[in-house]
Amino acid sequence: MPWELKPDRPIYTQLIEQIELMIFSGVYSLGSKLPSVRDMAQEAAVNPNTMQRALAKLEEDGLIITHRTSGRTITEDANMIEEAKTKMAERQILDFLEKMQLMGFKQKEILAIINDIAKGMKE
Amino acid sequence: MSVILECNGLTKKFGSTTAVSAVDLKIERGKIVGLLGPNGSGKTTIIKLANELLNPTGGNILINGKKPGIETKKIVSYLPEKSYLNDWMRVEQIIELFSDFYSDFKPEKAYNMLKSLNINANDRLKTMSKGTKEKVQLILVMSREAELYLLDEPIGGVDPAARDYILQTILSNYNENATVVISTHLISDIENILDYVVFINQGKIVLTSSVDDIRDEKGKSVDVLFREVFKC
Repeated sequence: MPWELKPDRPIYTQLIEQIELMIFSGVYSLGSKLPSVRDMAQEAAVNPNTMQRALAKLEEDGLIITHRTSGRTITEDANMIEEAKTKMAERQILDFLEKMQLMGFKQKEILAIINDIAKGMKE
Repeated sequence: MSVILECNGLTKKFGSTTAVSAVDLKIERGKIVGLLGPNGSGKTTIIKLANELLNPTGGNILINGKKPGIETKKIVSYLPEKSYLNDWMRVEQIIELFSDFYSDFKPEKAYNMLKSLNINANDRLKTMSKGTKEKVQLILVMSREAELYLLDEPIGGVDPAARDYILQTILSNYNENATVVISTHLISDIENILDYVVFINQGKIVLTSSVDDIRDEKGKSVDVLFREVFKC
């Protein structure tokens, strides 16, 4: 998965989101080992200190576990990942709702539009 | 964290023009720092002062606590704005020269990078394009295991693909003990790899901040902020 960094937001928050996405989508599976900070920084073409900061936050949130001698792994706690996934979904939806409200849509109208489009989407 | 480069009231005047004016600055080890400013803002003068190519008119500049001189040159790898290499030399001869000059120079590193950029070590400098010459210079500078890299406009003349490779090279050489200072105005290309930026204008420091603090507080990239601060 290529790293995509936008210019208007802090780099480390974007790194956090993208690593979370990689965990949710199974690029990094439960309990698997993460590459080194240096390798990840190089791959994302960012400063190693920034990558370090992102990983520290993910560790604080419990998604990543740091082992004293053998690097970092993804948590094996599936519930924790579900929780983080729900949180990310909530953030996305809030963002979306804010934009829709800015456009002048009422709650009912928004739901109706979502229903219409969802019907047209393949499962 | 210990400080690798320190300026205290650093001032440099050329006749009646003040190029650098009472600059106070501390740069720590293990950082990648962007020295950013418009043309004529004093970036190159500061870097030259750090390399003892100029002497300060007032104040001082210290590298690892010492004034620039033989001892500091052992730990500083400097990419000047202009080439000082002899045009008639072949790349392999220059590599030999660097090996003699600098005990921390790693020829195998240089040959690896030359190979990645498809540069023939047998070629003479004078047969190369401007961009290729710049690549060779940067390869030589990055092949040292220095504690401080001072890169004056390292990506100005090279194509975007080589630019990416050079930034990767800087990242892969990164270690916690070494600091890289990059002076440039091509900000959008390098801002993702910087720890923090120093904005300099008319010889004075106008801003020091981490890249993410700028994005956090202002909701814009360093590149956009730069264009606003230095709007003509």
